[in-house]
Amino acid sequence: MAEKKLKVPEDFTWRNMEVGNIITEPGNASLRKTGDWRSMRPVLDKEKCIKCGLCWLYCPDGAVKLLDDGYYEPDLFYCKGCGICARACKKGAITMIEEGEK
Amino acid sequence: MSKRVGLEASYAVAEAVRMADVDLIAAYPITPQTHIPERLAEIVANGELDAAYIPVESEHSAMSACLGSAAVGARTFTTTAGQGLELMHEVVYVASSMRYPIVMAVCNRALSAPLSVWGDHSDVMAVRDVGWIQVFCENNQEAFDLMLWAFRVAEDPRVLFPVMVHLDGFTLSHVTEPLWLPEQEEVDKFLPAFKYQFALDPDKPMTHGAFGIPDIYSEAKKAQEVAFLNSKEIILQSWKEFADVFGRSYAPVESYKADGAKTLLLTMGSFSETAKIVIDEMQAKGESVGLVRLRLWRPFPYEELRQAVKSAETLVVFDRAVSSGMGGPVCSEVKAALFSEAVKPKVAGIVGGLGGRDMSVKDFERVINRGKEIAKSGSGEIIETVGIRG
Ligand code: SF4
Ligand code: SF4
Repeated sequence: MAEKKLKVPEDFTWRNMEVGNIITEPGNASLRKTGDWRSMRPVLDKEKCIKCGLCWLYCPDGAVKLLDDGYYEPDLFYCKGCGICARACKKGAITMIEEGEK
Repeated sequence: MSKRVGLEASYAVAEAVRMADVDLIAAYPITPQTHIPERLAEIVANGELDAAYIPVESEHSAMSACLGSAAVGARTFTTTAGQGLELMHEVVYVASSMRYPIVMAVCNRALSAPLSVWGDHSDVMAVRDVGWIQVFCENNQEAFDLMLWAFRVAEDPRVLFPVMVHLDGFTLSHVTEPLWLPEQEEVDKFLPAFKYQFALDPDKPMTHGAFGIPDIYSEAKKAQEVAFLNSKEIILQSWKEFADVFGRSYAPVESYKADGAKTLLLTMGSFSETAKIVIDEMQAKGESVGLVRLRLWRPFPYEELRQAVKSAETLVVFDRAVSSGMGGPVCSEVKAALFSEAVKPKVAGIVGGLGGRDMSVKDFERVINRGKEIAKSGSGEIIETVGIRG
């Protein structure tokens, strides 16, 4: 997969637009950072987490990723901060905090 | 061998769509366009055309269905009029921006209120900016010819833009006239099968209709505009090829007895046929008048228009719509096209023929004479109406 880019590169001009703005390379939506207009951020407390995967199931953006150690963690590159995972978690393992807070 | 037949213009349109062997028709009936979808429904039901016919619940749905159809590379047709064109307005933009070569016949109708089913160009003027190629027909032969041609130019891989073919409601849509119908082999020669490079295909996944972030939207619009302007060359080329096959030629701006005329009248659509008669009559009386008709409305034929009117003293532009607070929309565009010319006629705009109001030969004579007066007085900004009581 191509490197995640935050901006359209300067050398991509109007001449590079495909007819009708069609995207011929499938799956490149994953390159787009959708996490940069978030105002709240989910924070996972692994002490409380029982690895049930409900947050992963409920996230409307598929932003929760499964880690190698079996925990589920919001990926802040994509997470929009909606708070659904925090609501869905039965163990209170996810807390929403204001962006900018530590 | 072509054959000479008598057909209502709406049926001529349906016949062109049949001969073009379209794959999908999605349309909602609305006066004065009704005879076109009715006739096509009959043609499909009779097995005379192997096409999907979707009797949609609204014009918004009609155009939406057409998007899906074109996206898979199907030859696609729809038709509407007046309020129907307004209802599908949102989706009309999507068709051109996504470069889907949908063809649409529009039987021009006045917009409400007051509610009117009769003809004028207010519906056309509301879709000036949508990015479709747009042409006007004057008679049944042209309705047939331009409908057939529309598929050819829309689907050209160098074009890929939707095309609107305008025919005046009732004064053209419901008129029966003789016309030449070509043989199917001639049509097939002119109109090859539609091959769409980006047709949706599960084996070759791609995204149609992604959103455009601020980083990309301007580039998308620039690319679209450049391609749209470039389509003009293909429009001209395809009209040449049309003439080669069928022997009838079309041009972006067409003149009638205009050589050396001091005063020119400019019209669009079926009223041009009446205007021709007034030119004949006034010339017979020794007056120096001629007629210029805009055939290609979008992309606007700047160069051809300038050439056609440059040696006249006065140009009287006849509009069948009002741009509220602005005057006649065609007149304002014509003025804009001539603005930077060193040598140009004085332009006077007159509005008439609204909501089905007929324009007689006498009325057009009044338009020309009044236009001359306006131009002479130098008050070229005045917008006047013709044929209104009081
Ligand atoms: S806050 Fe919303 S977007 Fe972010 S991980 Fe949780 S559910 Fe997904
Ligand atoms: S829903 Fe809560 S407990 Fe379950 S995996 Fe997600 S964070 Fe852990």
